[in-house]
Amino acid sequence: MIVAIASGKGGTGKTTVAAALATVWSRPVLAVDMDVEAPNLHLFLKPETVAATRTCLEVPMLDVYLCQRCGACADLCQFKAISLMGSSLILFPDQCHGCGGCLRVCPEGALSKGERELGTVELGFTASGIPCLTGRLRIGEAMSPPLMTKVRHRMHAIADRGTLDIIIDAPPGVSCPAMTAVQDADVILLVTEPTPFGLHDFRLAWQAFTPLGKPMGVVINRSGLGDDGVQRFCREKGLPILAEIPFRRDIAEHYASGGILTDLDGAMAALFAALAPELERMAGQGGDASHA
Amino acid sequence: MTATPIRRLAITSEGTTLADLVDPRFGRAGGFLIVDLESMATEYVDNGSAQVRAQGAGIQAAENLVRAGAQALLTGQVGPKALSALLACHIRVVQGVENMTVGEAVAGFQAGRFAWSDGPGY
Repeated sequence: MIVAIASGKGGTGKTTVAAALATVWSRPVLAVDMDVEAPNLHLFLKPETVAATRTCLEVPMLDVYLCQRCGACADLCQFKAISLMGSSLILFPDQCHGCGGCLRVCPEGALSKGERELGTVELGFTASGIPCLTGRLRIGEAMSPPLMTKVRHRMHAIADRGTLDIIIDAPPGVSCPAMTAVQDADVILLVTEPTPFGLHDFRLAWQAFTPLGKPMGVVINRSGLGDDGVQRFCREKGLPILAEIPFRRDIAEHYASGGILTDLDGAMAALFAALAPELERMAGQGGDASHA
Repeated sequence: MTATPIRRLAITSEGTTLADLVDPRFGRAGGFLIVDLESMATEYVDNGSAQVRAQGAGIQAAENLVRAGAQALLTGQVGPKALSALLACHIRVVQGVENMTVGEAVAGFQAGRFAWSDGPGY
């Protein structure tokens, strides 16, 4: 089964929850950091990297001597990665999504496969043997979904071979990167905080993920802070609140020093030990759990 | 300051006349007013096709300008990709033109008060 840990707002505790869940998971599990723009799950799980693969996207290269400036490629490209400007064909490889359509429609064979580096995909293992997969976007790369897709393919290859469960630490937000991260999940765990900002972005996340028809559960972090708006929203939408992590200084200190919450005290260990089977149960309900 | 005299000057515009304000954005500009500097005739080119794009608005806007036969552009800011596209098509660019009407921008250009850009304005 695959759990994606997501949120609308950033900094709500996705990684805190992902790291803790990975350590108490009863079955063999693969931890995946899908926040490729700012991966940080490794700061807590501390895997030793065994393989780092440079990952590229296929982008077009132009042979200016073969090109007849017919514009077929530029007409096809929805992303303006190719533009016919007057009598010059100009390529913007940064804009390319790698569909390969331009190579197919060129009647002259003037376009060939080049590559744009997206970043690296790293595989490592924690001291207790948990495999960890991390995508790390190249600095300057504008699009994260292409690298995330490479991470997803690698993730499925690893998990299928060893029949591992998967815990995905998703990026914040509700745009393409967040949607890309949760699309393989059997259950989405939304981490939020009980503040007006938390509720605002939590509502956006709920709106964005609801059409996927996946079961969703909620963890409220920094519980005791703010107001009861998130609780009321969850009741209204029938979203189960699976756990509440209290707003406490010792928790913040433990996190800030790179600790995993299950190591803090017995209560935290018990909280995550109870959360894991609850997620498995929800994933088992499959796509029929509707929160609409 | 130029080898070829500029005749068709484009200004990013919030409206269709010389009395409208310069739109400081290039890619997401509402449109362009093309001014014939000899006859002072104006022509409005809508930029809606670029405004609605998820990405590549600046490049689309540059294509719209090439199609309109503009030789130079006055605007607030042009991004790096759009600038290279414009320069590749020999369209010269002035940036930093904003908080004035299109007519004032044209007068400023004719009085030689603007300098050509050699880099993106971000």
